[in-house]
Amino acid sequence: MVEQGEIRVVRCGGSTINYRKAIFTLDSKYLLCTSGDMVKVYSTATEECVHVLQGHTNLVTGIALNPTNHLQVYSCSMDGTIKLWDFTDNILIKTFTVGYKLLALYTSKAHEGCVFVIIPKENDEALDSFQLVAVRLPKSSDQEVAATELSFVLNDVSQLPKCTSYGREGEFVASVKGLHLTVYFFRNQKTYRLSLNATPKKGANNIFTCVACHPKEDCIATGHEDGKIRLWRNFNRKKEYTHSTHHWHHSAVNDLSFTPEGTNLLSGGIESVLVQWRYGEETKKDFLPRLGAAIAHISTSPEGSLYCTSHSDNKITIIQSNLRVSAVIQGLVKGDNIKTDLMIDPRTKALVLNGKPGHLQFYSLQHDKQLYNLDIVQQEYINQSGLHQFDVVKAAFDAQGSWLATVEERKEKLADLEIQLKIWVYKDEMQSFVLNTTITSPHEDHITALCFCNTNETTMLVTTGRDGRFKAWVLGDDSDIYLEWSVGLNVILLQLDPLSENVAAFSCAAENSDLFVFRPNEPRPVYLQKNICQGSVQRAVFTPRDVPEENCSESSQWLNRSQLYFLTRDMDLMTFSTKTEEDRLTSSSKQLLIEENVPVTPFYLLLGKHRQAKLDAENGTLAAQVQLPQGSVAIKELLQTPAHVLPSATFLCTMFVNSLLISKDGKSEVPEEAEEEMESEKEEDETSDQEMDSQHKVKPEYFVEELVPKLSKKEERDLKRVRKTDYSWLCPFYGKLP
Amino acid sequence: MGEFKVHRVRFFDYMPSGIRCMAFNRKADRLALARLNGSVEIFNFSNNYFQEKVIPGSDSRSIEAICWVGCDRLFTAGLNGEVVEYDLERLCPKYTLDAFGGPIWTAACNSAETHFAFGCEDGSVKLFEILPDKIQFERNLDRQKGRILSLSWHKSGTLIAAGSLDVIRVFDVKSGHSVQRILVDRGPAGTRNKDCVVWNVAFLSDYTIVSGDSAGKVQLWDANKGTLIKTHLVSKWDVLSLSVSENEDSIVAGTSEGTVIQFQLLSPTIGDAETQWIRTRTFKHHTHDVRAVTETKTSVVSGGLDTQLVICPLMDKVEVKSSESVLRKVIFPHRSLVSCAKKPSLLLFQFPDQLELWRLGGTDTVGKPGESLPVTRKPEKLLQLKRKGDDHICCSTISECGHWIAYSTVSSIRLYQIQCDNNNISISKVSKLPKVLRSAHQLQFSADSSKLFVASEQATIHVISLSRSECKHVHTFKPKSGSSAPVHLLAASADGQWLTSANRHCEINVYNLKKLKHHCMVPVYNSLPSAMAIHPETNNLLMAHADQQVFEFSIVDKQYTDWSRKLQKEGLHRCRSKWHTPITHITFNPSAPSQVMLHDTHMFCIIDQSLPLVDLKAQFYSRLTPKDMSETDRPSKNNAFKMCKKYQPLLHVNLLEDDWLVVVERPLIDIHSQLPAPVRQKKFGT
Repeated sequence: MVEQGEIRVVRCGGSTINYRKAIFTLDSKYLLCTSGDMVKVYSTATEECVHVLQGHTNLVTGIALNPTNHLQVYSCSMDGTIKLWDFTDNILIKTFTVGYKLLALYTSKAHEGCVFVIIPKENDEALDSFQLVAVRLPKSSDQEVAATELSFVLNDVSQLPKCTSYGREGEFVASVKGLHLTVYFFRNQKTYRLSLNATPKKGANNIFTCVACHPKEDCIATGHEDGKIRLWRNFNRKKEYTHSTHHWHHSAVNDLSFTPEGTNLLSGGIESVLVQWRYGEETKKDFLPRLGAAIAHISTSPEGSLYCTSHSDNKITIIQSNLRVSAVIQGLVKGDNIKTDLMIDPRTKALVLNGKPGHLQFYSLQHDKQLYNLDIVQQEYINQSGLHQFDVVKAAFDAQGSWLATVEERKEKLADLEIQLKIWVYKDEMQSFVLNTTITSPHEDHITALCFCNTNETTMLVTTGRDGRFKAWVLGDDSDIYLEWSVGLNVILLQLDPLSENVAAFSCAAENSDLFVFRPNEPRPVYLQKNICQGSVQRAVFTPRDVPEENCSESSQWLNRSQLYFLTRDMDLMTFSTKTEEDRLTSSSKQLLIEENVPVTPFYLLLGKHRQAKLDAENGTLAAQVQLPQGSVAIKELLQTPAHVLPSATFLCTMFVNSLLISKDGKSEVPEEAEEEMESEKEEDETSDQEMDSQHKVKPEYFVEELVPKLSKKEERDLKRVRKTDYSWLCPFYGKLP
Repeated sequence: MGEFKVHRVRFFDYMPSGIRCMAFNRKADRLALARLNGSVEIFNFSNNYFQEKVIPGSDSRSIEAICWVGCDRLFTAGLNGEVVEYDLERLCPKYTLDAFGGPIWTAACNSAETHFAFGCEDGSVKLFEILPDKIQFERNLDRQKGRILSLSWHKSGTLIAAGSLDVIRVFDVKSGHSVQRILVDRGPAGTRNKDCVVWNVAFLSDYTIVSGDSAGKVQLWDANKGTLIKTHLVSKWDVLSLSVSENEDSIVAGTSEGTVIQFQLLSPTIGDAETQWIRTRTFKHHTHDVRAVTETKTSVVSGGLDTQLVICPLMDKVEVKSSESVLRKVIFPHRSLVSCAKKPSLLLFQFPDQLELWRLGGTDTVGKPGESLPVTRKPEKLLQLKRKGDDHICCSTISECGHWIAYSTVSSIRLYQIQCDNNNISISKVSKLPKVLRSAHQLQFSADSSKLFVASEQATIHVISLSRSECKHVHTFKPKSGSSAPVHLLAASADGQWLTSANRHCEINVYNLKKLKHHCMVPVYNSLPSAMAIHPETNNLLMAHADQQVFEFSIVDKQYTDWSRKLQKEGLHRCRSKWHTPITHITFNPSAPSQVMLHDTHMFCIIDQSLPLVDLKAQFYSRLTPKDMSETDRPSKNNAFKMCKKYQPLLHVNLLEDDWLVVVERPLIDIHSQLPAPVRQKKFGT
């Protein structure tokens, strides 16, 4: 994918967040999930993406918390490395190079200094044979370490991470593949292989789909193709193992998970219902239905208060243990087919395309976040194969973004085709599109295209149908079409930039796509790039930039005013980025790396920086403005540094108050307010003031001391009084400032 | 194999009776099973699960509990308030005894087999002492309110757990006082006003009581403290039966939904001594109430209202794949209930309370193989003969000419003469039977209908000569070995010279009817014969045993024939050896004397003795359609074995004259349609 030119193809977001199980941090505050080449850290409370851990050069295939330090997370990737991150600060701590393609990652408390990965046999995925191996992570202070000490654990395992699970206290590992359950005990290094009958009887399909081990007892739960869940016990015997079968799901069980105490078992499948089974009383179950899409993964938080389910429509649902949905993290919904084109909503500059069945999604490219879903069909979607339902096939916006036209179709048989044309109007008070008109059967046959034509007075909509006629709901003007020049190209997609006269043409040759950008008035392409992605490009769109770029080089000028996004065959959303842009993006992270190399604590860093600011303020220059909370780097630092490495709040408070005193010559509003409040208590506090004074002198090295001579006696007294009172009420105010 | 015109008979409305209770005798490896109509059946588990003995029921008897004592004493108790001990040789009740406590719901024997406890309607638990030849009332335990529905002795014999309505009581046997009263909670809200019936209790040796009740719970209680240990809700309906394995590491429970649920004693963490009861397997082989369940070493046996006995193997206990590892469903008795008069095409059907005589229909059209012909003359029910008295019919037969019918109950034998001129049927009872005839285990007419052979309850065979005017006792054959085992099979040769009898000690005796003396005894094979017949031309005796072996014995030479030896060496075809239901009837093809026809409930099979027993591993073509039968260029043409699975379940196959084959079927769907509606269950997708 790396090109030598200035412009290269990158993943721009909207990548899958449901590829692997998401994991909760120990305090359940954050949720980590893989997303393409990155790991995203979401806040469980606000659904906001807090950090993006970037660094892998290929797909991230597994993440696991470091069992010895719960503030660190391991991630493994197809690029053959395991990386250790500090996810709270977004710092890459270490990189272990394994040298094999890594497909899944497991950690276990019982095996310190060791992680388990699934690798393809002979590093060749095509062999379709995978091994579970233990990787010893060498103890070294280097940033990049080669981890070459691999020890083999299990042969012939499934490549899917959900098909392997670690048992009680890491004593054994269970793995399922096909019709076999394999259990390996680490203590006596024995392997047991339990098999099920292959012959389908009464519609049974015994193939294993997933496995989960009870955290406290020796019980293995397995899910099967036909929706059965089996609980295996006594599996360290050759014959006398036993299993009980429970059946609720009507088709394959996609994932299983025990709660941390093992009191409940969670299961999910295509029914999009989360089932909670009581362990030991499996006849009692609880359900959370209508989760929207098939459940792909289930995970639980370490203290058991939260569950999370990853869904096939690129969504993560966070669920409380009383089975109430508390948060939904929605990525770019990837349907089977994008029938509507990629469009840009002129109002929100969001990308608009098919989302859930019967919906249009509005996806903000700038924030990599779904803005909202618009239910076009307004009918309950029924998850059943062979059932034909209404789907949105065409949509168009007018230039101002105040009108939206959609076409939905349902085709039962060849004969009866149901088409509806809906016109939506944007309502400012509702901040959304509202259905204005529904036209049933606007054409006899499929509608092939529709577009708005804006004149000054009215908005017109033109539709063309396969019935051989086009209907102008209000007639529009036509213009001459003439051929100016032509180039022999296998063009599969042509896209016009609305803000310039550039046209992007994608051509497909030999499994690879090429891009040509040209202006219609000259036959020489403005820009061309070969091999932008595998397979043909499905859809493309130009999106206007918020702030136009200042690219001087000729080849990247076409990207100045708008950005070109395109959808590949694998439904990956890609874009083109320029050098300047990338510089800007990476600048912040680079800076962080440099800072990290400085052998100082963040504490020192913070204070040092702050001191710098103080000195500037002393000089009475314009730089004094810098220390105002709005723009202060120190404040930002303060808010982003983990609480446990910060000095105590009271101390910081003092600093803050002091800083205000200096800058405005002690006439800051905040201390005054405090003074008034303190007035009444003045008398009785007199004695304690003395104590405070002596205490204060113990810390001579802080700059507060330096400032003291500048203050008048009275001010100093006030300041002391202020210092010993509780200023927690200030915190919200303080927090709101940046 | 030949071509046959087939009478496909489906008008035999045989209806098996539902299973009420079971008792498994581990020492003898036999299962005693009581049905709702009061009949008792004994299955020999070590002999291919063969139905060894059938004690016919009686209208006056209902059985609620069945119990073994020792290896060979069997007791039942029922709602008529009587306790019955059976004579397992003569297959009839030995004596009955009134317990004087109203209807008896349950019975249990202590582990030392010295005492019986009976739970009665009036709330009393009655203790009976078991004496060598009878049982004797000893005393009552404290009488409580509410009927006693279930009883279980502790292994020590000092405590009895008794299940009643809403309550389980523990009695001290010595004092007779109730030492523990455990209240069982009723079902979920809405059913609170209904009593919780404790259908079953089981007292484990570690003083744990297991109970199954009408609220669908299986509960474990501490008998010393009277506290609940664990509740397993297994059904929306009743838990009707419960059984504990011999080493007390497994419990099986049968429910109204037709499921059987197994619980196993397992330790939650491997290598830990602490154990707990965990629900493991669920078997669903029944459609109706599972009224009886028991666990043997290798299988779970269950029976219920849907009349079938299911023997489900526990694969973890079965050592090697053998006949033990096959799921068996026993619906039909392992003996023939149909007899056929070949010449006039009459069929006699035996029901427990009546006999039916039918004349087969006919057709005058000729069709191609595989075609079904239109019936021009409908089958006709000529006769419906109700039995007299309370006792059920245990055996019946019709003579070859169709003029004689005989049946027997445990108390009497009746013989009828039938005159049948076209549409007029007249039946006359032969009033004066010889005094020696009291009851029979098996009846058989000679081929020329001049003699009746009666296998009596004393293990002897009476020969009665029949004529229009009178019937006369001719001779009584006694087995040479002096065995008192009852005879269950009789076969007479076509030429009237030989009579063979098989008894339940696996002895097969051959008698010469001309000389009226014992001819020889077939070497004893250790499996019960399930069917036998004498070849009409060679006078060779063909025997099929319960373990699927077939022998041919030359009566004249008094030794096994060469063909039989070869068959033993080569073995039956593997398709045949896969069968596990016993062969119930053997017949011969008059037009092709080398052909032997065998059948069980699943298929019938023709063995051609003139063809070589070749190529056992060769691809086998099962004769599913008559069309296949006519094809001559099949490689299997030269195989001695041919089989047909088209008709099932098969109750009888016989060859009439002119190559007419009569096949009596009883479709399972007809049986199911006659059963009461099962409990309502939510079915997925409805």
